[in-house]
Amino acid sequence: MSKSVKVYGTSTCPWCVRAKQFLKENNIEFENLDVSGDQLAADEMMAKTGQMGVPVIDIDGEIIVGFDKEKIKIALGL
Amino acid sequence: MKTYDLIIIGAGPAGITASVYAARKKLDVLVISLDVGGQAAWSGDIENYTGYQFITGPELAQKFQEHMLKYGTLLKENEEVLELSQAGQLIRLKTNKGDYQARSVIIASGKKSRELNVAGEKEFKNRGLTYCATCDGPLFAGKDVAIIGGGNSALDAALGLIKIARHIYIINHSLGLSGDAIMIRKVQEAANVTILNNFSVTEVLGDKFVKSIKIKSANQEKELAVQGVFVEIGLIPNSVFAQGVKKNSENEIIIDAHNQTNIAGIFAAGDVTDVPQKQIIIAAGEGSKAVLSAFHYLSQKDFN
Repeated sequence: MSKSVKVYGTSTCPWCVRAKQFLKENNIEFENLDVSGDQLAADEMMAKTGQMGVPVIDIDGEIIVGFDKEKIKIALGL
Repeated sequence: MKTYDLIIIGAGPAGITASVYAARKKLDVLVISLDVGGQAAWSGDIENYTGYQFITGPELAQKFQEHMLKYGTLLKENEEVLELSQAGQLIRLKTNKGDYQARSVIIASGKKSRELNVAGEKEFKNRGLTYCATCDGPLFAGKDVAIIGGGNSALDAALGLIKIARHIYIINHSLGLSGDAIMIRKVQEAANVTILNNFSVTEVLGDKFVKSIKIKSANQEKELAVQGVFVEIGLIPNSVFAQGVKKNSENEIIIDAHNQTNIAGIFAAGDVTDVPQKQIIIAAGEGSKAVLSAFHYLSQKDFN
């Protein structure tokens, strides 16, 4: 079964763009949450991580702060 | 251990352009870099890179990356060079992930944000304190923020935040702002900006997130309630690992007109060097120049 993946980011952050691109290249479906326009998503991200840096990638509840390709690969089993 | 013809350290405009030229010269090349795109990826709007009348930083970085990977260039990403040393005619590199060696090296590791070095800075990084206004600015909608600095990058951050934040304090340690006149005027005209010249930051305070900063001038100290702190006080070269390579007083690597450093086989290009003017297009040009010099060096030397 495929994992539930959420990406919290802003449209202006280059690492967010790269993280999403990486997921697309690996055919991983994800929910894209823009924390700049969506206060609820921003609050949710800050509650989950206790910090404000983007991107934050939530893979089935495993939280990865920043575009850490290795960690993302492991979490997704790639 | 495999010996490469050339290892390029860094994948910003200089390193990527170098990799394209190296691939076209059929050199056996490896690129090692923490990120791809370098500072260009963090830039907002770019209107002075020839061929693109308008492009954003992330888009240009993407184009650079596509151009590099078109040649199947070997790229080690998220990898940081920690040490560089000479071993006979070869150059050895130690990274956080492994060891490499090459007949020649181009250092194109760029620059990074200068830190404030005050209490609370490390603790509140990404908890309200950020070095990337372009990335994190949108998170401070309706909040009060402080921008530390008075040059173009501080002004650029201010112009981006004027429409987003509630109030902006610009904390500038010198007598007046020092960026472009047009930008200064726009910032001065904004209704929600307070410019505090002659003030410097002494501490960042908060609990889970930033709540205030302490600032002081020659004769007064005060605390400003802010939820965001944007540090924009300039850049420092990523040159610490390059032991033995001659640098100037700013720690920029000293190169000659052919991008040669003081060590044979080690070349450098772009913002990490003492080249006058730091621009994307200059870094790119310097990257190509460095490869052509390295190619010349390799073809003259008798390597086994």
